[in-house]
Amino acid sequence: MTDIGYTEKVMDHFMNPRNVGVIEDPDGYGKVGNPTCGDVMEIFINIADNKITEIKFRTFGCGSAIATSSMITEMAIGKTLEEAMEITRNDVAESLDGLPPKKMHCSNLAADALQEAVKDYWKKQGKVVEDDGESPEMSCGGGGCDSCVK
Amino acid sequence: MDNNKIYMDRGSATPIDPRVLEFAHPFLKTAGNPSALHRQGLEARSAIEEARAKVADLINAEKPASIIFTSGATESNNIAIRGTAMRNIGRGKHVMGSAIEHMSVLNPLKDLTKSGFTMDLVPVDKAGMVDLAKLEELISQETVVLSIMHANNEIGTIQPIKEISKIVHEKGMYLHVDATASAGKVPIDVQDMNIDLLTLSSNDLGGPQGAGALYIKTGTRIQTVMPGGGQERGLRSGSENIFAIAGMGEAARLAKEELPVESERLKRIRDDLIRQILKNEKTFLTGHPEKRLPHHASFRFSFIEGESILLMMDFQGVQISTGSACSSKTLEASHVLLATGLTHEQAHGSMVLTLGHENKPEDVKIVAEATKKTIDRLRMLSPITQEGEEYPEEEHHH
Repeated sequence: MTDIGYTEKVMDHFMNPRNVGVIEDPDGYGKVGNPTCGDVMEIFINIADNKITEIKFRTFGCGSAIATSSMITEMAIGKTLEEAMEITRNDVAESLDGLPPKKMHCSNLAADALQEAVKDYWKKQGKVVEDDGESPEMSCGGGGCDSCVK
Repeated sequence: MDNNKIYMDRGSATPIDPRVLEFAHPFLKTAGNPSALHRQGLEARSAIEEARAKVADLINAEKPASIIFTSGATESNNIAIRGTAMRNIGRGKHVMGSAIEHMSVLNPLKDLTKSGFTMDLVPVDKAGMVDLAKLEELISQETVVLSIMHANNEIGTIQPIKEISKIVHEKGMYLHVDATASAGKVPIDVQDMNIDLLTLSSNDLGGPQGAGALYIKTGTRIQTVMPGGGQERGLRSGSENIFAIAGMGEAARLAKEELPVESERLKRIRDDLIRQILKNEKTFLTGHPEKRLPHHASFRFSFIEGESILLMMDFQGVQISTGSACSSKTLEASHVLLATGLTHEQAHGSMVLTLGHENKPEDVKIVAEATKKTIDRLRMLSPITQEGEEYPEEEHHH
């Protein structure tokens, strides 16, 4: 993993993103990020038998923001909701053979977006979703996007 | 350079002109110290003096001795700002710049505030032009120096240096001009423009990296900021980088000779490029529409992000630059674009094209097509379809 530049896997997902688009009237929807910070991603999921059967995303952001979004759609499909909730930012980065250090926090929000989508589904089902206090990153990822590398 | 690639990022790094390389190459082999009296030393000395005369000629300096060589524009800017501020501390402790200066001007200015100086940055308008009324208002009896860039590297806007010079000199202070982006692209006459100090970079002229120059008008009160062996009139101690300096001199000579024809040629290609790219929807020119560097085109596109633009253009064989936060070292949005009144969101979607010798009229079609493809693809991916609507101004945390 180099300090600069993206891995081949990141570039592949950036240039050929998987599962791009919108699901009309989805079972779950999650959106994180803020255009001010340079990253916004949204994830749409459909569920059957407690498993993710369909997933789509749209992302505004840099190369790693788009690649991580694409990657997580491949990781999540077919998984149970509990398994999907376990996918971490690190898992996504590892599946892409790593991300440049400065991108790890700012442009690696896909796992958060997926969790928001799952929680949205659960809420619609009337399930009580515990709030972990970490609201989706509407305010530039803890301390603001400008503070990521400081 | 790869033949299948189109390089339009000369503002970031300029390929060394092959003629310059051929001229300066012998000086990589000779290890003469210009301070030594033997033949090798004298040859090195004469190479440096020849380069000094060529650089002086490019900017019509009153004499070659008004030029000192440095390691680059950053060092020239530091010497100019710190050197005049510290030497004229008896006059006052106030320094000024504009809001769109390069970091190598902004940070030395900021650094002086640790030594008890106060600092003001003159705002610019939407086109990046310095607000002259505000400039005059901010100058006080205490002001020692104003540092202003001749032309901006990100948005291409050229400042009215003669008018600024008049204001500054009526107040009896010094004017430092950073001409890194403009030298060799538009004519510079330090005597006619009445400039006290002027920064030049070798690489931006097509010379080797590792050299720069500072013009210092005769009689300017300046002190050394890096004491040492006393080279370059004591203002820039350290053994000279002869290869880079000789190359810079030759690059300056070629730039002066070719400027009138080459800048017209590049301007025609550039104008065509702007016309083609502005055909895309929600696409805007940044910087001044007319008062801009002839080889410079800069844009912003709504709903998409600059690093992605850069990567997708690169994939299509076109190398460009962006002011996007994500591609910068600090992840901060471009202070230049923000100073022209853009929001962070808007500043993220910028693209800068800087043309040079290797660019041809037929490049326009390829670059315009690559740009259109890039915009279309990234917008298809983007969840943002209307600017500022979903995230009203008050939710911006900056």
